[in-house]
Amino acid sequence: MPQLPIEEQGTGGQPRIGTDEWVASVEERRQRRGGLVGSLLEQWQRLPLWAPLLAVAAFGLLFPFLTESDYVVRVGFNALVFALLALGLNIVVGYAGLLDLGYIAFFGFGAYAYALLSSNKFDVHLPTIPSVLIVVVASALLGLLLGLPSGRVTGDYLAIVTLFFAQIFVTFTTNANRIIPPWRDTPIDLTGGPNGIGGVDPFSVFGVEAIAVSSYFYIALVLVVLGMLGLHILSESRTGRAWKAVREDPLAAEAMTIPVFKLKLLAFAFGAATAGLTGSLFAAQQIGVFPQNFELPLLITIYAMVILGGAGSIPGVVLGAITITVALEVLRGPDDARLLFYGAILLGLAIAIRPWQRLVAVLTGTAVFGFLVHLIVGSLWPRGTARVAAEGEGLVGTLVEAWVLLPTQPGTIGNVAFVMLVASVLVMTLLRPVWRPVALVPSLYLAAFVWENRLIFQPSVTRLLILGALLVVLMNARPQGLFGTARVEIV
Amino acid sequence: MSALLELRGVSLSFGGLQVLDSLDLHVDEGEIVSVIGPNGAGKTTLFNVVTGLYRPDRGEILLDGESIVGLATNAIATRGVARTFQTIRLFLNMTVKENVMAATYGKTRAGPLRSILRTPGVRREEREVAALAEEKLGFFGQRLMGYRWDQPAYSLSYANRRRLEIARATAVNPRILLLDEPAAGMNPVETHEITELIGTLRTDGGYTILVIEHDMHVVEGISDRVVALDHGVKIAEGTFDAVATDPRVIEAYLGTKAAVST
Repeated sequence: MPQLPIEEQGTGGQPRIGTDEWVASVEERRQRRGGLVGSLLEQWQRLPLWAPLLAVAAFGLLFPFLTESDYVVRVGFNALVFALLALGLNIVVGYAGLLDLGYIAFFGFGAYAYALLSSNKFDVHLPTIPSVLIVVVASALLGLLLGLPSGRVTGDYLAIVTLFFAQIFVTFTTNANRIIPPWRDTPIDLTGGPNGIGGVDPFSVFGVEAIAVSSYFYIALVLVVLGMLGLHILSESRTGRAWKAVREDPLAAEAMTIPVFKLKLLAFAFGAATAGLTGSLFAAQQIGVFPQNFELPLLITIYAMVILGGAGSIPGVVLGAITITVALEVLRGPDDARLLFYGAILLGLAIAIRPWQRLVAVLTGTAVFGFLVHLIVGSLWPRGTARVAAEGEGLVGTLVEAWVLLPTQPGTIGNVAFVMLVASVLVMTLLRPVWRPVALVPSLYLAAFVWENRLIFQPSVTRLLILGALLVVLMNARPQGLFGTARVEIV
Repeated sequence: MSALLELRGVSLSFGGLQVLDSLDLHVDEGEIVSVIGPNGAGKTTLFNVVTGLYRPDRGEILLDGESIVGLATNAIATRGVARTFQTIRLFLNMTVKENVMAATYGKTRAGPLRSILRTPGVRREEREVAALAEEKLGFFGQRLMGYRWDQPAYSLSYANRRRLEIARATAVNPRILLLDEPAAGMNPVETHEITELIGTLRTDGGYTILVIEHDMHVVEGISDRVVALDHGVKIAEGTFDAVATDPRVIEAYLGTKAAVST
């Protein structure tokens, strides 16, 4: 136990500055150390909620006018859909602290439920508003049902149990096109199987049909703004406090009059309702639903958004959703991907290597090392530097061609280099700190080599790789997420 | 006067271990009763049984004449049984004020949908809850006031955490407060303060208090009546002086030899 100061003895005056005040101000001191980035983040956290809300709304309103391209608006729509999903997940994970890996099933359920209520599938065409309302209520009820295990199963175990729901949902929708009920001989096609359901009705309110992507963009924008506002109010309310209490210490919460199980179910229901609503929006925009829309990688992406933004922070998870959606899109093009690749490496180095003199030494060393290798290999084995850089025009291309080895047949040698790169990173963790910068130089060069000769040709694989690397770097720098507050678990 | 809390023949065993053995205990309205006993005597288990964390194998537990056996822990708390924990269990990542406000859940009504719409009723309730929290925190003089309201509970010192836990328990608006070793880990000055505070909780707060305590100075200072437990059996009951000199109590704490030599 820390030595406590003997404060004033019952005089009722102001307490003198004691140990606990010093402890209390630790947060401020830690942030001040963060330099420019730290102070910017601090400023952001001081803003009242309406500021980011207004920013999202204003940017959103202007967004479709800033571009001619439907593609860009569609990316914006996707970002907002993910933001809604992240907001819903934030209730379950961020507030109530329940690791719900079945969350994606509610998104899928909402989409399929809307598709069944308003499409050509069974020729049921409910109007949009009743249809969506039914979807939301049904999703919430499903959330209650899937939340039932949380009464007895907690933590990692709950994660595994709910993970099965996600998997069951995909399996069910893929196979529910040939159900034979006991009272019939012929199978019923419920979900269209792997082909999904097409011909879903677009949203239509008061006779106005939403066809264009930009219409859906605006609908999603309104929902995101309302969602942020509602969630903010909820988090400061009786229910929000109880959720957080359940997250912090379920036993103490129970002893303080809070019905823990009921609140867990409530969190599941709210999360599921949000996901279901988002699902119906998604189905209407896509004019169809398919099982592969709701597979596990999507769940991981949503979790990455919540964790990157900071679980529990409303502006955080929205920003996390937008950042990751945009990053994934940008990484489709090799040119931008290259920028992000080198950018991530530089950022990672800048964070990891102190003082800056050492950073400069490593970077200069790598540059010189590269030119030397290029010179030597070029004179001994001309074919090793003969290729033209992929997707490189202008200065970048020239630099890459002069620095990185570009053999004419990069296939096998690229693969070997990839394995060597992974090995060198692993070896580096075993080296003494003194030798690490030295080993870093060839490793960095190897990374550039692998990138230019192998990864740049496979954007679908690389973009996830780079995103993963970026996440690792960012989460190392700020474990609580961009706008999250650090949780203290130690008593 | 009838007892506010009464246990009749309460027994509980974990497997072959008899933790509570036909325990009879009563706490009258406005009384401060201390429970003492060596480690493993069943004191905390007694609290856990009363608050519904464990269900007794046999016996009756009455709050104001009504049985509370089998009720959920939160329901028992809402009926007016609030407690603190031996190892402090605060909501560490919530603010000081939120910690106290959270404990009013059972006595308030606002549902999530009404909360989102911020109806006048909800807003009035929020104001009342905030005022109640401020009042309960005010019980500790300046220690939990002012700037500390908006700080996370983890930033508090050990002694202030103990105080906050008591404040949180009083926000339940309890009939009876169960304090599990409130002076554990406190320095002499703080221990003295806690002793005074428990008295004030009765006189100003009007709470009936059942307290587990190892510090005999505290027990002597606060108790109307002392109950000594050993191996789940009540071995002595009465005033502090009577219990402290009871040979069976001395035997339980120090062994047979010491009891014989007195």
